[in-house]
Amino acid sequence: MSAVLALVEQESGEPAETSLESLTLARDVADAADAALEAVVFGDEGAAVAEDVGAYGVEVVHHVTHDRLDGYAPEAWGDAVAQLASAGATEAVLAPGSDRGQETMAHAGASLDLPVAANCTDVDVGDEYEVERQRWGGSLVEHARLAAETTLVTVAEHEVRMEPAAEPTDPGVEGFTPNLDDDQFRVTVDRVEPSDTEGVPLGEARVVVAGGRGVGNAEDFDQLEELADLLGGTVGASRAAVNEGWRPHDDQVGLTGAKISPDLYVACGISGAVQHMIGCKGADNILAINTDPDAAIIQQGEYAVIADLHEVVPALSEAIRDAE
Amino acid sequence: MDVLACIKRVPDTGAKIVLTDDEQGIDTSNLGFTMSPHEECAIEAAVQLVEDHGGSSTVLTLGSEEATEQLRTGLAMQVDEARLLETDGEEWGARATAAAIADAVRDGGDDVGYDLLLFGNESADVANHQVGVRVARELGLPVVAGIKDLTVEDGVATAKREVTGGREVYELDLPAVVTVKEGINEPRYASMRSKMHARKQSVDTTSPDRREGPGTFEKLRLEAPETDDSEAEILGDGPDAVPRVLEVLRDEVEVL
Repeated sequence: MSAVLALVEQESGEPAETSLESLTLARDVADAADAALEAVVFGDEGAAVAEDVGAYGVEVVHHVTHDRLDGYAPEAWGDAVAQLASAGATEAVLAPGSDRGQETMAHAGASLDLPVAANCTDVDVGDEYEVERQRWGGSLVEHARLAAETTLVTVAEHEVRMEPAAEPTDPGVEGFTPNLDDDQFRVTVDRVEPSDTEGVPLGEARVVVAGGRGVGNAEDFDQLEELADLLGGTVGASRAAVNEGWRPHDDQVGLTGAKISPDLYVACGISGAVQHMIGCKGADNILAINTDPDAAIIQQGEYAVIADLHEVVPALSEAIRDAE
Repeated sequence: MDVLACIKRVPDTGAKIVLTDDEQGIDTSNLGFTMSPHEECAIEAAVQLVEDHGGSSTVLTLGSEEATEQLRTGLAMQVDEARLLETDGEEWGARATAAAIADAVRDGGDDVGYDLLLFGNESADVANHQVGVRVARELGLPVVAGIKDLTVEDGVATAKREVTGGREVYELDLPAVVTVKEGINEPRYASMRSKMHARKQSVDTTSPDRREGPGTFEKLRLEAPETDDSEAEILGDGPDAVPRVLEVLRDEVEVL
């Protein structure tokens, strides 16, 4: 029986959300191709994902180990995935559209000399595969045909809803030691510098209060900071606000900034251009505060207040303080 | 040091993208052209590195003759030389593009003609996330993607990638390939004078071979994504909306 491999990123044995999204799509592919769904994990604690990915129907967890593989090494990861794919009959390999997922699959594709379809949202199995993938950060959908011995795919982040399998499995963990030499370890994470920004990192915040051109100046972001603090969240910004120099680029949400998935995204004075929405559509709830009732963000969000943010945001902060 | 920045000409799209009737591309009859945002930063990084370390910077693209416009933007940003790998304008995939760039960089010999090759992390339009990595693999060079801070000292590039809670630091011996993200620097505006000068500079034009590997990946058609017809619940107008917003945050979104 052939296999569909799914790259699962983990931290402390816990699979990343976007990996579970791509695992969900990988299961659909495996079902349609009548193949076994198998996970690929790296890291000392990699084997610990077994139970979590079993909930998604994974039959085997390939735990990649190598005495030199103690951190992230893009070329080593890509070649390990390529070697694992070549070791058996591999129908397809799917990875999340994260930085590491994209980079690993680019290496795997180069290593196998096969095409990679990046940022897919749907995969149709056949002798030749048909995929739907994002162009322009999701502003356009491309339908493409992919014909290769092994179909290599990355899955657009926050597009496929993660969904556990109807029948959970109890996957076995199999060690896999790739054949790697010095070249594949030329580039590794040498060290990690902690962020010097205070507060909750954008990618981890449950609440993000973001401001756009409507904020008007750097000083008025204080109003957003205050609300974010009260909600236990952090501040984000649109590309327009960053370009104005009101916020650092690290705060930018959107196509060329962060793609986030908080419980609540409060969009203040942000019109909601497609390039911005790609960064925040993973949010469970979007509350738009905008003076323009026709702004695109109003259509895209769950809740909206038609108002000047400079009036509503401080009033809301005050109300929250009063309620406490 | 000699630094190469690779860019791609793309339409300067607004909020709404209109497709051609055959669904094969974007209707550009009313659009200008630009380069991907990440690549503007690649150019800026190339110019800054040459300013600091000496040597020469080059901007390269694969595309139609019209892409000369974007090469001249690079020249106006103080890049020294421009190279066009001229095609008929048809879309090339990531593998064919990378193979052509690798050929151009080797220039018939085995040696890579540059110390550092810079790319954008992904193009604004097709976003394959692969060309930089594939070029590096063709050339046997070390590569790292998605970089937002880059310095070079004593033949070693120190590259930083943003991750949750901090930055991963990578060190690469030159020659190397690095793909960068917007935010690594602020691309300069070209002065009128440098734009005028750039118009007169020559562009080295060659015709690349199109090499496709095993397996095919071809575009069938493009379409606009399905739009979400659901409308937001309007919680109110002006500050009067605050009590209702509070209710929603507490009882529905449950963040209070």
